[in-house]
Amino acid sequence: MLKIRNLDAGYGKLRVLKNISLHVKAGEIVTMIGANGAGKTTLLHTIIGLVRASAGAIEFQQKEHTGSCAQKIVAAGCTLVPEGRQVFASMTVEENLILGGYMLQRREGKDAVLRELQYQYDLFPVLRERREQYAGTLSGGEQQMLAMGRSLMSRPRLVMMDEPSTGLAPLIVREIFKIITRLRDEGNTVLLVEQNATAALGIADRGYVLEVGKVILQGPAADLLANSDVQRAYLGREKIG
Amino acid sequence: MTPDLFFQYLFAGVTYGAIYAIVAIGFNIIYNTTGIINFAQGEFVMLGGMIAISLHQVMPLPLAITLAVALTMVIGAAIEIIFIRWLQSPSVLRLIIITIGVSILLREAALHIWGESIRSLPYFYGNEISSISLGSVHLSPQVLWVIAACGIMVAGLSLFFKYTPTGREMRACSANRTAAILCGISTRNMVTLSFMLSAGIGAVAGCVMSPITYTQYDSGTGLAIKGFTVAILGGLGNSMAAVAAGILLGIIEAFSVSVVPLAFQDAIAITILLAILFVKPHGLFGSSVAARLKDF
Repeated sequence: MLKIRNLDAGYGKLRVLKNISLHVKAGEIVTMIGANGAGKTTLLHTIIGLVRASAGAIEFQQKEHTGSCAQKIVAAGCTLVPEGRQVFASMTVEENLILGGYMLQRREGKDAVLRELQYQYDLFPVLRERREQYAGTLSGGEQQMLAMGRSLMSRPRLVMMDEPSTGLAPLIVREIFKIITRLRDEGNTVLLVEQNATAALGIADRGYVLEVGKVILQGPAADLLANSDVQRAYLGREKIG
Repeated sequence: MTPDLFFQYLFAGVTYGAIYAIVAIGFNIIYNTTGIINFAQGEFVMLGGMIAISLHQVMPLPLAITLAVALTMVIGAAIEIIFIRWLQSPSVLRLIIITIGVSILLREAALHIWGESIRSLPYFYGNEISSISLGSVHLSPQVLWVIAACGIMVAGLSLFFKYTPTGREMRACSANRTAAILCGISTRNMVTLSFMLSAGIGAVAGCVMSPITYTQYDSGTGLAIKGFTVAILGGLGNSMAAVAAGILLGIIEAFSVSVVPLAFQDAIAITILLAILFVKPHGLFGSSVAARLKDF
């Protein structure tokens, strides 16, 4: 579904991503773990077209998308749930969701958006309760759900999520991850970027480990969880002896 | 002061206040989608008036005004497309200086096209000496046109931003630009649209006020300062507050005439602007919290 080959990207002269290659197949959860500053967010921003790639290729649904603007990539069915939620704070929950359906409306019309809205309310019942509230007044967990719902409104083929667990209580994090698993089980494809490596690898099918702009490890999530380097660096477990 | 005189001043104040408010709303719309102050806003007002005056020589007034507003909107869009659209993430300062440049450009162009002469549109209803009596107060019918135009525009804009998809998308751009891009909304088109809308609103103001205040190639500059003062006074980005602030400034100016010489009228606006910037930079009706949750 998504194929990235030898991707380089950065800001001005600063090269953040160096020769990154990865792929995501339909129906799987792929996670990308790494420390702060490893380039995880830059990678997602490059895929979605907010940051321009300086070399390499991004292929989505067998189509070349290197250098496309965000609008084209979103139209092609790839969405991003941004880091820090980024909801439209001064607008109501329902307005946020309808705006997420912008592409769906252009593709299939208003009725499709209203149907999808009900579907998102079923997936996130708390959003239905708060539909008239301003998004800025929601709690962190609710805002995360709103950001996810807003992305899903366009009925994407691939959902990318940037650190959905940041700043949330453990109980809420568990709920968010349960929803991500459910999305996969319903046939969605997810690329999940996380610092919370244990939780991310726990639900993912495959994983990549990013360090200072390079992929240093990859493989099935279970193998990475068992890998001693990963355990030492990201899971906070040191083997004694 | 007799009650009659009091009401006479009051209505004069409200009239000018409504004009300032319309200019301030133009500032607010562009500020909300781009985060910049468009210093060419006053020139849109001047252009609207001037174009309508020229067109009126060959066609009836309603048609001339409609066409003038449409043309000014096209000019507004063209300015955005030529000077702003293609810039890659420009800084706010750079954008502001561009708008100042554009304002000089438009003013000089107007000087070349229309010369220095002072012109005006005819009164929409009646003439200079006709008046409507409200109790003991005598008003020019044009005053009612100005106030009605302001009211209709404010109501129309509120409905537009609240209930239409395009209005919602423009608000989304102002609330969170990145998120709007991620929804697939073309924020560049929204910025162009906001320039069109502001230009159109400015042009309407230019037309309704022309019979009272007259129009000259440089009449936009003073108005831009007043409108900017009002936008700041109400709290940048808040159009409803701009109306209240505009009327407040208009009334203060009108009543000041009875205390200080007429020549000080403009100084009062500047003094108020400075005082607000020192004491209450978020504006009279804006709190720092609201500034964070900014909305139209």
